[in-house]
Amino acid sequence: MGLLGSEMLFFNVHNGYLEGILRGYKAALLTHSNYTNLQQCDTLEDFRMQLSATDYGNFLANESLPLSTSKIAEKSTNTLVDEFKYISTNSTEPLSTFLDYITYAYMIDNVILLITGTLHGRDTHELLERCHPLGKFDAMSALCVATNVEELYQSVLVETPLAPYFRNCLTASDLDDLNIEIIRNAVYKAYLEDYHAFAQTLEEPTASIMTKLLAFEADRRAINITLNSFGTELTKEMRSKLYPEIGRLYPAGTNVLARADDFDQVRAACESIPEYHQMFDGISSNSADNDDNNSLEDRFFAHEVLLNKETFLQQFNYAPFYSYFKLKEQEVRNIVWLAECTAQSAPQDRRAVPYIF
Amino acid sequence: MGYGYYRYLIGGVSTIWLLLLLYLLLTGQGEAFDIGWFLTETSPYMWSLLGIGLCIGLSVAGAGWGIFVTGSSILGGGVRTPRIRTKNLISIIFCEVVAIYGVIMAIVYSAKIKGLPVDGIYTRSNYYTGYALFWGGLTVGLCNLLCGVAVGINGSNAALADAADPTLFVKILVIEIFSSIMGLFGLIVGLLMSGKAEEFN
Repeated sequence: MGLLGSEMLFFNVHNGYLEGILRGYKAALLTHSNYTNLQQCDTLEDFRMQLSATDYGNFLANESLPLSTSKIAEKSTNTLVDEFKYISTNSTEPLSTFLDYITYAYMIDNVILLITGTLHGRDTHELLERCHPLGKFDAMSALCVATNVEELYQSVLVETPLAPYFRNCLTASDLDDLNIEIIRNAVYKAYLEDYHAFAQTLEEPTASIMTKLLAFEADRRAINITLNSFGTELTKEMRSKLYPEIGRLYPAGTNVLARADDFDQVRAACESIPEYHQMFDGISSNSADNDDNNSLEDRFFAHEVLLNKETFLQQFNYAPFYSYFKLKEQEVRNIVWLAECTAQSAPQDRRAVPYIF
Repeated sequence: MGYGYYRYLIGGVSTIWLLLLLYLLLTGQGEAFDIGWFLTETSPYMWSLLGIGLCIGLSVAGAGWGIFVTGSSILGGGVRTPRIRTKNLISIIFCEVVAIYGVIMAIVYSAKIKGLPVDGIYTRSNYYTGYALFWGGLTVGLCNLLCGVAVGINGSNAALADAADPTLFVKILVIEIFSSIMGLFGLIVGLLMSGKAEEFN
């Protein structure tokens, strides 16, 4: 807790330039009209034309025709990674640690991907190419040497910054196909709690804004874990151990979630939080699974975008760095989705995405 | 830079003062702790020159602080939108003006200083001049320090807002002008405070 308002005095010493850069990036995010144009594209060449009018510029110019959606996905992810690299190489403490925490989320996904792949006996080199570039770490190629789960698990414990999260939640014998999702969620829970604890050590208003953002992330995971556990072998005790111990649902809401048996009880657990409660409006238990435009998942994404946009209302704090990369990730998802729709000539009304601006 | 740090500072300073006071009292020199003696024995030159130093020093610190807060934001914001760099120089100038206020007041104050033989210093009028310049200088200096910081933070807002949306620039500039006027208040009050002080004679 710093002296009131002192972030305005000292923030720009180390981070003023980077915040300016970051807000420049944010101004380059696609707007509503960009999306409208992209939605009306008939071919991927059109799609490329529309994107070249934005800050993406000629990022696809050197690609040979015909374009593929996977190429577009790869290239647009690369722009995100380049921006992240620029910011993180220029950052100083505590911003550099703050940014490292963002990469941990991708690392967790990558490690889980590798573990799953190894379990199924897939070629790890091929798996490495499918890993998210932000979650790559130096020792990752060493993970490919591992031929069984035991070795892989040992190298994760030794080589990555994720070790504390893994150490606390399992032993190597637990690694089987059935438990992969449980492991992912347990690790992610440890990660969220650690990130939250780290954010609290930063000055206001970073701490309070990050609390808001991470609380939503934690609540979303808790709700999703509960919804996805129905009809599986996951016991209620196991499930309750996966709920992050932060967020607005914790502890009263997660208590109710832990005992929930069906969709309506999940809805009841969210009753105390108006924002979450509204998301369940007009969604019944049978429509929760099918991915129409108004599914729960889409509403969560839309709410996440809203929260991350609000972060930019305050200057002189670290939270915009987190929010920007979340927004950019959403934009990349939107572009890939629209490219997919264009490639398959999906009808216009299927092409809705959560707009950012 | 937490509250803990300030607490240690205040605690340390007051402990040293308390020990010094007790030492003087318990060794029979209690009368040495005499504020009146301190005020009358300290040379009015000391007071007036200290005032001038604080006036220009704090003003320049404020201006410098404002310029780096604004400047680093203009630098970052100017990467994607280079058009903001010329327009936002006005924020830098507003900060700079604060240092100029300090210079003006330092010049006005130093005009009142004149060399005197040692025994002619301690007169009623010279005491007044010394105190007036000290507190006047401190007033101007602190006003300009805070004004410079305020203008700097506003300038940083202005630069980033301008980069995002050019129509916002003038609106934030109005607020920035209000911040920069605060330094002028300090300047006026500083002039009034030293108005009745005569030259050393």
